[in-house]
Amino acid sequence: MPSSAPATSEAIGFFEKNISDMLGWARKNSIFQYPFVTACCGMEYMSVSSARYDIARFGAEVPRFSPRQADLLLVVGTVNCKQAPILQRVYEQMSEPKWVIAFGVCASSGGFYDNYATVQGIDHVVPVDIYIPGCPPRPEQVLDGLMLLQRKVQDQQHKLIDRAQVPVLAQGGTERR
Amino acid sequence: MAKAVLEALAARFPGDVYEPYEGVGGDDCMFVRKSEIASVCGFLKTEPALAFNMAPYITAVDYLGTEPRFEVVYNLLSTVHNHRVRLRVKVPESDLELPTVTTVWRGANWFERYCLDMYGIRFRGHPDPRRLFMYDEFVGHPLRKDYPLRGRQPLVKEREIGDIYRGPGPGGRD
Repeated sequence: MPSSAPATSEAIGFFEKNISDMLGWARKNSIFQYPFVTACCGMEYMSVSSARYDIARFGAEVPRFSPRQADLLLVVGTVNCKQAPILQRVYEQMSEPKWVIAFGVCASSGGFYDNYATVQGIDHVVPVDIYIPGCPPRPEQVLDGLMLLQRKVQDQQHKLIDRAQVPVLAQGGTERR
Repeated sequence: MAKAVLEALAARFPGDVYEPYEGVGGDDCMFVRKSEIASVCGFLKTEPALAFNMAPYITAVDYLGTEPRFEVVYNLLSTVHNHRVRLRVKVPESDLELPTVTTVWRGANWFERYCLDMYGIRFRGHPDPRRLFMYDEFVGHPLRKDYPLRGRQPLVKEREIGDIYRGPGPGGRD
């Protein structure tokens, strides 16, 4: 049996595939970020958004400070145990489709703060798609992470009308990914 | 010269201040009895020759294993005469209460809340005695030497991470 053939449950039709590719292209080139900036990595976030390392080239320059209007939760900087419920609440309020980037080592794994107050990586709180290590990461690394996210967005399956139930994490629902 | 400060203090409070010495970097330091710290600070502020109008740092130290266990350190600065002094107050674990100096310097408010939050040292007469950094559900005082370094008390249930590999490393998470 050739291993390259997709399983029947994953196979989608010709038109669905084209629509998925088109939606993926549109979504990856127009990311609305929610910059959840807590600490020093915010300086590099500002650099990336500025003219020299332009994030607007990728269509992702629009920061939306309302979770309802954002696609990408950009967690920038250290997240404490005190801040973790707030982060979870913001993530839950975002509407599908949504992605999360852990920007910097503090968001990826707690950084060098292995102590009584810091969450050791925001993946203990929300599901993360892309981790960008660095303390702080160079803007080129951030853009590399963003391009990786764009590849992931393109390869996901997108539908025009997605009728799946969205689970609520706080009420015990499991995540979709 | 700040030696005059220590001499003035010793002259005014003969039984309550003791052991003047020269600390790190040439600072003048002195020990003060716990019950008299508020009156000593009031004297230091109001006396025109001393005029310590600022308390830039008030902190606490945990000497676990010695008795008395804690020390509260008051670093004072006079912007009028440009001299500094450091006062150390020994606090035993059995009696963790000190009079507050917020009546002398308003800026000591958050420093005393920090001492309460991180060490458990209470201040009698403090206008707002609650935790400063940690959240209210937090149990314990994290900067005490017997509090575990990695004693996290998560507020949200931590989710299982099954799909990435966290390799061996420092921190005992192997």
